[in-house]
Amino acid sequence: MIRIENVRKDFTVRVKAGRLRREKRVIPAVDGVTLTIEAGEMVGYIGPNGAGKSTTLKMLTGVLAPSAGEVSVCGLRPVPQRTRLALRIGVVFGQRSQLWWDLPLRESFGLLRHIYRVPPAEHDARLRRCRALLGLDEFLDTPVRQLSLGQRMRGELTAALLHGPEILFLDEPTIGLDVVSKQAVRSFLGELGRTGDVTLVLTTHDLADIERLCRRLVVIGRGRVVHDGTIEALHARYGSRRRLVVDLETPLPTGLVLPGASLTSVEADGHRVTFALEESSAGAAVAALVAAAPVRDLSVVEPDIEDVVARLYAGASGAP
Amino acid sequence: MVAGKFRSVTSYRASFTFEVLGNLGSTVLDVLTVFVLFRAATVVGGFTLAEAVLMTGLAVAGFVLCDAVVGNIDDLKKYVRSGTLDTILLRPLGVLPQLVFLDLPIRKVLRVAFGLTVYGVALRANHLDWTPPRVLLAVLAPLGGAVFFGAIFVLSASVAFWWVDSGELGNGFTYGGRDFTAYPVSVYGGWFRDLFAYALGFAFVSYQPALALLGRGDPLGLPAWAGFAAPLVCLPATLVAALVWRSGVRHYRSTGS
Amino acid sequence: MDGTGARVLTISPGQPFRGSVTTFGALVWSGFRRYATYRQATIAGSCTNIVFGFLRCYVLLAVAAGAAGGRPGGYDSAQLATFVWVGQGLLTVTGIWGWTELADRIRTGDVASDLLRPVPLVSAYLAVDLGRAGHAMLTRFLPPIVAGAIAFPLAVPHRWQTVPLFVISVVLAVVGSFGCRFLVNASAYWLHDARGPLMLWTLGSAVLAGLYFPLRLLPDWAAVTLWVATPLPGLLQTPLDVLVERDPPGRQFALVLLQAVWAAGLLALARLVQRRAERKLVVQGG
Repeated sequence: MIRIENVRKDFTVRVKAGRLRREKRVIPAVDGVTLTIEAGEMVGYIGPNGAGKSTTLKMLTGVLAPSAGEVSVCGLRPVPQRTRLALRIGVVFGQRSQLWWDLPLRESFGLLRHIYRVPPAEHDARLRRCRALLGLDEFLDTPVRQLSLGQRMRGELTAALLHGPEILFLDEPTIGLDVVSKQAVRSFLGELGRTGDVTLVLTTHDLADIERLCRRLVVIGRGRVVHDGTIEALHARYGSRRRLVVDLETPLPTGLVLPGASLTSVEADGHRVTFALEESSAGAAVAALVAAAPVRDLSVVEPDIEDVVARLYAGASGAP
Repeated sequence: MVAGKFRSVTSYRASFTFEVLGNLGSTVLDVLTVFVLFRAATVVGGFTLAEAVLMTGLAVAGFVLCDAVVGNIDDLKKYVRSGTLDTILLRPLGVLPQLVFLDLPIRKVLRVAFGLTVYGVALRANHLDWTPPRVLLAVLAPLGGAVFFGAIFVLSASVAFWWVDSGELGNGFTYGGRDFTAYPVSVYGGWFRDLFAYALGFAFVSYQPALALLGRGDPLGLPAWAGFAAPLVCLPATLVAALVWRSGVRHYRSTGS
Repeated sequence: MDGTGARVLTISPGQPFRGSVTTFGALVWSGFRRYATYRQATIAGSCTNIVFGFLRCYVLLAVAAGAAGGRPGGYDSAQLATFVWVGQGLLTVTGIWGWTELADRIRTGDVASDLLRPVPLVSAYLAVDLGRAGHAMLTRFLPPIVAGAIAFPLAVPHRWQTVPLFVISVVLAVVGSFGCRFLVNASAYWLHDARGPLMLWTLGSAVLAGLYFPLRLLPDWAAVTLWVATPLPGLLQTPLDVLVERDPPGRQFALVLLQAVWAAGLLALARLVQRRAERKLVVQGG
């Protein structure tokens, strides 16, 4: 479906060198990225600011021509065959609009039907579903320029899907949205991805988006792929573990060792203790703990992706 | 503030050059138009080329002087619409001085030089009979014209305080006024002439002073001293403009954007 | 979610031409609708047109009065008046001034959204501009002409070919004007700030298109050079000359043909420039 091989994109920047002169410097925004995405996948493409996410997305959609390497989307090469490709993909930019600013939302959809040459029956069916799922009816006749960000984003999603694309690219779709709108967008995309009809490629900074929507995560840093796999693989690779948080009646006995767990913190004079679980199952550790100390309450906390991603970013954008 | 503006302007070097030339170019074209028209007719509106160019010169000199200082008032409607005016109102400086200095007339220097040159050449070409009153008039007329145009600029820009989408309405009076004054008033007719020349006062920018300098009687019937007193018309104009502007700022403050 | 299922095949395989026409038509309509929402600006603009109409008309009539034979540049007074007033009406239709949309979108990076549509960019912008011109024809063309007709005697066409030829000439003028404006705006791909070229365009275009004075008043060598070597007279002067019937029918037709050649050439150049910009350059922002 999507195949990138050793793709590079260099930007030439003019930098001040002295009082009036300017010299050229070549900055690789994307530095040898290779990636394959099959039909029906839900892929998150994340990285720190300036890592090359948006640049890659632009190369995939035909907006930018790569400096080197091969790009193939739906069997087409994006830049030379841009208009043909445009009929088969949908793109949602979080910070730009594809709708007509001065016209009511409904008319934007009508125009898009003609531009993408969608048969009326198909268009109507899709629009009906989107209206139901995204609650468009209340603002369908409002000019786009008067819509709130959440409303506009729902409109953009609909606009991107009306012609039935095979791939949906989303560039920061939930940025700036309020909580309710974010959840609406996420559940819509989640449903979409679940059916497998549409391949989703999503760039985002929002970790909740990642957890909810991305089965596969590609992390890019300084123009290169740093990780490509599932979220679990990410956790495993970067050593984030589940934690066992325990409230004790009496302080923890010293020297207590639990099978498959290591002590990470002691608080409240020994009454609250946290263990990191090495094993995938907490059973043995819990049994040993309960036998050895009076436990008032305990909970198992899943690893926090925020932590992992922060460390990844720091590694990816830090010192060479 | 000036240094910062200069740097940010020259960072777009090629564009800057274009703009300097462009600014100058429009004035050059206006003057050239007069010459082109006189190719077809030796006398227009009862005046020869040399006499007409004196009027053009006065008009252009006054206009470029004015535009160099307050030309950016034009942008007021843009600021009102975009809300930038709020930022300006927040600063502890007068509104008008800020707008003027926001975009210092670096680009317009050449144009001012050109305008004054045309005026100077026109004065020489007409072999005027220089009396002391005429010398004084020759100096005051463009200045009075500049102040007069300034008042018109401010007035037409003030409309934005009440009618945000006034768009090009003011252009008819600012740039239209400039075009009007570049030709002898005898060329125009009917109510249009009465409106622009006398009601709005544009005849006193270039036509009347030129007549006085040339020592010609006014084919339209105003007395000779009208020419010498012409620069004074900028005073009531300024007063009206100041009042309207003040009223506009007050109106804006009270209604918000 | 079967309603949103993706289609595998391409669209309208049997009717690609018809599809293009409706796509183009939809974009033309979008341009028309957009400009229809700018109601207030229209009134102010028309007033300005009328003021300038009076200014130029009086000046040219005074020139005619002072000219040997009363026919400066081969026009009589009524023709000159028509020239000025219809010229003011056409000014907005051809849209020579004030169009910076492409340059603005390049600067902010919004042009990326345009590149995502399945329509070639130049065609999309042309369609929108035709919609704009259509709207201007309905709202800005008549007021100056009516005002002029009330105040001055205007020349009325005698020949049957004149009006249809005039309409064709106006359409070609709009296309030609679009081509020029597109190219001027496209300088933003390289310069990042197209204000300079835009300013040069603004003043050059008006004068050399015949807005300030009929180009026939220039010395012959200048007028001929302008006509043959630049598209500018075709943007305003040619339709006006056709309407006032300054030339015999044969020459009128030839002038319109010249317009057509220029319009086609400009569009081709615009496509070339756009393609080159897409291959080589960077779309700013994000």
